[in-house]
Amino acid sequence: MRVSLFITCLADTLFPDVGKATITVLERLGCDVDFPVAQTCCGQMHLNTGYPELAGGLVRSFAETFAGSEAVVLPSGSCAAMLRHHADRVAEGIELPPVYELSEFLIDVLGVTDVGARFPHTVTYHPTCHSLRLLGVGERPYRLLREVEGLELRELPGADECCGFGGTFAVKNAETSSAMGQDKVAAAVGTGAEILCASDSSCLMHLAGVAGREHAPLRTMHLAEILASTG
Amino acid sequence: MSRPARHDRRRRGTEPVRLHPKPDQAFLGMPAFPDAARVALGDQQLRANLRHATHTIRAKRLNAVGEMPDWQDLRMAAAGIKDETLAHLDDYLVQFEQAATAAGATVHWAVDAEEACRIGVEIAQRHRARDVIKVKSMATQEIGLNEALEAHGIHAWETDLAELIVQLGGDTPSHFLVPAIHRNRDEIRDIFTERMGQVGRAAPDDLTSEPRRLAEAARLHLREKFLSTTVAFSGANFAIAETGTLVVVESEGNGRMCLTLPDVLVSVVGIEKLLPSFADLEVFLQVLPRSSTAERMNPYTTMWTGVSPGDGPQEVHVILIDNGRTRALADEVGRQALRCIRCSACLNVCPVYERVGGHAYGSVYPGPIGAILNPLLHGVTDEHDAQLPFASSLCGACYEACPVAIDIPSVLIDQRAAAVREKAHHRVPTAESVAMKAAAWTFGDAKRLARAQKTASLGRGVARHVGWLPGMLGGWTSSRDLPEVPRQSFRAWWSQREDTATVKALEE
Amino acid sequence: MSSRERILSSVRTAITGATAPVVPRGYADRLELDAAGQIALLVERIRDYKADVRVISQADLARTIGNVLGERSASSVVVPADLDPQWLTTVTCEVLRDDPPLDARRLDQVSAVVTSSAVSVALTGTIVLDAGTAQGRRVISLIPDLHICVVPAQTIVGTVPEAVRRLDPVRPLTWISGPSATSDIELNRVEGVHGPRNLVVLIVN
Repeated sequence: MRVSLFITCLADTLFPDVGKATITVLERLGCDVDFPVAQTCCGQMHLNTGYPELAGGLVRSFAETFAGSEAVVLPSGSCAAMLRHHADRVAEGIELPPVYELSEFLIDVLGVTDVGARFPHTVTYHPTCHSLRLLGVGERPYRLLREVEGLELRELPGADECCGFGGTFAVKNAETSSAMGQDKVAAAVGTGAEILCASDSSCLMHLAGVAGREHAPLRTMHLAEILASTG
Repeated sequence: MSRPARHDRRRRGTEPVRLHPKPDQAFLGMPAFPDAARVALGDQQLRANLRHATHTIRAKRLNAVGEMPDWQDLRMAAAGIKDETLAHLDDYLVQFEQAATAAGATVHWAVDAEEACRIGVEIAQRHRARDVIKVKSMATQEIGLNEALEAHGIHAWETDLAELIVQLGGDTPSHFLVPAIHRNRDEIRDIFTERMGQVGRAAPDDLTSEPRRLAEAARLHLREKFLSTTVAFSGANFAIAETGTLVVVESEGNGRMCLTLPDVLVSVVGIEKLLPSFADLEVFLQVLPRSSTAERMNPYTTMWTGVSPGDGPQEVHVILIDNGRTRALADEVGRQALRCIRCSACLNVCPVYERVGGHAYGSVYPGPIGAILNPLLHGVTDEHDAQLPFASSLCGACYEACPVAIDIPSVLIDQRAAAVREKAHHRVPTAESVAMKAAAWTFGDAKRLARAQKTASLGRGVARHVGWLPGMLGGWTSSRDLPEVPRQSFRAWWSQREDTATVKALEE
Repeated sequence: MSSRERILSSVRTAITGATAPVVPRGYADRLELDAAGQIALLVERIRDYKADVRVISQADLARTIGNVLGERSASSVVVPADLDPQWLTTVTCEVLRDDPPLDARRLDQVSAVVTSSAVSVALTGTIVLDAGTAQGRRVISLIPDLHICVVPAQTIVGTVPEAVRRLDPVRPLTWISGPSATSDIELNRVEGVHGPRNLVVLIVN
């Protein structure tokens, strides 16, 4: 199957390994992955900060770039939710190709839960708010992780509580955002897991920033990176 | 008596008892949300109290809602009934007025807080009241009724336990269901011990912080006021257009006392409190208690229609207030906020509220609903109101919990745009608007993005040069490390890989 | 322009073009339970509120009322003007009929009240008084600290919608779910503030 990767502006610039891992997983499962180079950003930051007109331009540019794609896959629940639920709000009548967050695509479209990964570590998973509440990905990421060879999944207490990133909330209300992040990191550390996993680079960047500042014994990894691993 | 130092900061030390919780106007001059939140976050006792209380109620609410298999149906019905009411609000208001008047009530209309207070004060004065008793009511707090009465020499006594704690503590409410949620039992005991005697029956000498004992102290303190006061003020949870019936939902019985003992009852009711028919209560009496106190049903609900001869107050007034509601009603996206039944489920599930408490919102309506309701009622010309829509991580927990399905995150986003437009309208250039335009320009073309990535990567080390990315503007580093910028962006890696593939293909 | 006209005019301007939805009413309006099942559920739910619930026969009613007042050491009891005297044949404490109406200060000296009720909801453990037969004025069931409330089995319904449909909104209505309580201290429920702290429900089968 031919798949178009939308890497998202954040992963493109700061977390290229997430994109490489996404490609690794998709190619391993027999997909033909394309990366339309004209892509940039979904416009979420602009919409959520109060600039819907600017967001509209970015959404329209996304639509042009991915016009005709059979399936757009992206390693971000939040950007997927933006495109699926808010695109029409900033660009009325816009038509987008089908957009899938990675775990949705693997399970719903490819019908796969065992992606052939091996990762002999303890992991706890933070479901991230937009995946959870806007996309409703539910159990999908957990089902994928449970099939990873050698992986031990630890339940994260208060998993459905926000990590505090929230886009520009993270800087407009930096103290509140950090307080939420500190509680999330503490919950993850409390599970004894080596790795805190999520499906959004943005939330992970925030959590890694908090964990780093606090010297917490915790690494953050994107779901795609674990699924790509064969270690 | 020694007292933990933490009390002094918020309780104004040895000042005389403030009898009246401050009205909404008194919040003016408060720092905007980010600054108020910073102060609240530094108060470890406050954070512990809030965390305990919100986590307790969250678990209970999930049970109360979880045992209703038709919960989503009830939620959709509740939202639908409210929308239907708002779409014909003029007709329902007139219908309510006619029915209530026919049943012996006097209906007044007030466009704003000042007019509502004036009407309330006049009624109390006509009865030569020196004291009035009150059932907890958001509407009377919103209009600053207590202060208006006080200005005319009339003492307004709050009778709800939490309101009593707030009133005696010289404090402001921080939650609309549990106004003293920011206080723990030890703090409440201290307030009762120190203050009750100054305004009436003193607390027992051996008062402990056991909740049962605290409730008993409140019972004894207030009983005398219930028996001796002839004028009462209330709000209403619902007002039925078809019949003119008012409904007050409560727990302690102080509501029943105020609604049945006095000779005169004055109810201040927001125009959005209407429901078309008595039968509609079958939905709201299911969704409200389970969403608010997380009970199958609250202990007491009182419904009265005008005057019942020989039973309860024989003079009944209703003051219908606008006070910004028609402004909110005119906002096509925002009008759904007027569905709100003040259950406070959104506060209890909100991760931001949990950390900073209600005072940081600087309004009688705190939390997620306050973050949309205040700007909708007042507009966003004031910096305080303009900051509120940004006091959210947009996690969506509020929408999920809302029993009338108010899409709070969507309204927040819409109000953020309104706040930005307001600044642009007054040509206030902000660092943010400049950065947002710069980011949109960078994202407007993939080549520009690639160049910006290269610059960032040349800057190397940590990501100080990527202000055009979500969340990377300004104050990140006060409590978080920045990620390192990779040597190569994803798109640079991809083009290299494509080139290699092309070369390979050509070689083959 | 009067405030009334100003508000109505603002409302009309604000809702111009607003469309009213068709209200979806897919919620349940009754329980799949027989009469005995409803009684059992009502008992369970009222007990959850920490009230004392007993299911008795009509023949046992008077004896039970006398017993409860005795157990709780009531020195006086107020009853609605029209309460059946047969209910009080074993009462040994002072009985006050609310006829002529007692004032609130007198009621504050009374230990207990006995009333009947109009409708009860099994699912939520709620009893509704509508000031009808043997229920009296609202204040009499409010001020004394012990409320003995009689629930005739035929007045029990399953759900809130069923109860709402049986009630007349013109009457003053009091919905009671357990004794007075508060959740104001640390958001935990504590029984007993201003209303009757003791609720005894006698379901007469």
